[in-house]
Amino acid sequence: MRTSKKERISGIVLLLAAMIFSILPLISMLSAALQPEGTVPVGISWPAHPAWHNFVDAWRVAQITPLLWSSILLVLGVVPIVALMATMGGYALGQLRVPGATIVFVLLVLGLTLPKEATIVPLYYQVRGFGLLNTRLGLILVLVGTFMPFAVYWMRAHFLSVPKVLNEAASIDGAGSWRTFVHIQAPLAAPAVSSMCLLLFLWTWNTFLQAIVLIDDPNKRTMAGALQNFVGFHSTDVVLLNAGSLLIMAPTVIVFLIFQRQFIKAMIAGAVKG
Amino acid sequence: MSVASVPRGRRTGPGRTAPARRGHRNWAGWLFILPGFAFYAIFVLKPLVAAVQYSFYDWDGVTVGRWIGIRNYVRVLTDPQLISSIGHAFFLMIFFTVLPTLGGLLMAALLRELPSRRFGDVARTMLFLPQIIPGAAAAIAWVWMFSTGGTVNQVLSAVGLGSITRAWLGDFTWGLTAVGIIGAWINLGFCTVLLMSGIGKIDASIYEAARIDGAGFVQTLRSVTLPGLKQEIGVCVTMTMISALASFDVVFMSTQGGPGYATMVPGMMVYQLGFTQSKVGLASALALVLTVLILVVILPLQRAFRAEEDE
Repeated sequence: MRTSKKERISGIVLLLAAMIFSILPLISMLSAALQPEGTVPVGISWPAHPAWHNFVDAWRVAQITPLLWSSILLVLGVVPIVALMATMGGYALGQLRVPGATIVFVLLVLGLTLPKEATIVPLYYQVRGFGLLNTRLGLILVLVGTFMPFAVYWMRAHFLSVPKVLNEAASIDGAGSWRTFVHIQAPLAAPAVSSMCLLLFLWTWNTFLQAIVLIDDPNKRTMAGALQNFVGFHSTDVVLLNAGSLLIMAPTVIVFLIFQRQFIKAMIAGAVKG
Repeated sequence: MSVASVPRGRRTGPGRTAPARRGHRNWAGWLFILPGFAFYAIFVLKPLVAAVQYSFYDWDGVTVGRWIGIRNYVRVLTDPQLISSIGHAFFLMIFFTVLPTLGGLLMAALLRELPSRRFGDVARTMLFLPQIIPGAAAAIAWVWMFSTGGTVNQVLSAVGLGSITRAWLGDFTWGLTAVGIIGAWINLGFCTVLLMSGIGKIDASIYEAARIDGAGFVQTLRSVTLPGLKQEIGVCVTMTMISALASFDVVFMSTQGGPGYATMVPGMMVYQLGFTQSKVGLASALALVLTVLILVVILPLQRAFRAEEDE
């Protein structure tokens, strides 16, 4: 394509504008977070003496340590269970000829479009009935169920792409479904499983609605859910609020920057599949 | 969501395969399906059925509910506040869907032209960042941006528009637009990156041909990029429309639906009705109307964007 110099320059200007638009709110938060404590910052202004110490205080006030721990526990509870069960389910739906599986699949597809608001009110009463309100276990079970349709769909797509001869060869050798699954199919699925786990990690970590509805104690919530409580208490202290919020969003940003390529790939694939 | 692909898993139709194979119906496969499906049934399907049941009752969550037929649904479709919350969700699509899709298209096309790979990578990372942080955190960042002493007003004053500065999110006229801008901010990177990957799949020789024909940027965008991106644009539109219709986190953390009901959206309304006003039946009816609405909007889109791809 022939691009004139003028076109090229205006293109770069547009791109730069979009990039600034994307990070301006974060820079604005950082600038506010570095102002002297107790002041009322205005807009973006780089302070003469950036008060990095604010982050230390915010770490304590926002109780980042227990929150990190809580979010990690939730991720450790949700991700392995979903990964295992979805791999099994996806294997059965994609490779085995299970009678009646179509009904299961149609019901799962229904779950893909269901907004989280659709079930949240009855879910509250149900979890209360189980005696699991205000427990991480309750939230973990709910999230496992919520993420299952996407995860099974994702793994089914993987197993559909695996040639059926593999299974047939294994069964001629006398291996049952389970042995074929554990020794041949599951190891082959590792790349699909690991990118799915990245998505599951992000979704668990960023869970908001279910966290604030099912858990009252902010220290048992996800990082995202804890923001509600933190803002409620410190909405007037702009400096502390911004420092704390930055700390709360830092873990996902750091993980994203490390696994960038995999993240973007997984999210695109997830969107196209879902 | 791709309902169109349901039959794909059954390449060997039951009627046409050899008897020997038919005998190999794998009942044991249910053992693989059941654990995951059980979780799904208990924590998604069961509450969904319960929501349908609740929606026919007048129930405060404590005392015994009273069967009232379809009165909750009538209320959802006639109550001005509830109807307007649904209207707001559609208004938000301008910002959640239209702007990010058009903007993403432009950005993806521009990034393709870029000679420097490095700059492209940096741009992609920066644009995608808002998609990674929790929606609740995005809301907090923008509450500060839009506040009286925030960056938005600072910029406006700097360019001589000091007279229009205000607390944007608390404004009856501009509150919903301000919420929309937060959504546009979150979704722009998603659309850009998705469309970039789509452009990557378009045969480079077509671009080369366009270049030889002397096509300019806009012409190439119209005649090469757009037609080649049909599926990706479909995904962008679908996903961002769902995010507009089912928005909750951002609204909850930025305006709670206020001032008044100026930025009320269905998701926020469901939460308020269900958990602060104890109108469980009405909340369930609204939630189900929202679900049906999403299906009604999404399914035709899916069909339209998939139809040609299947050939």
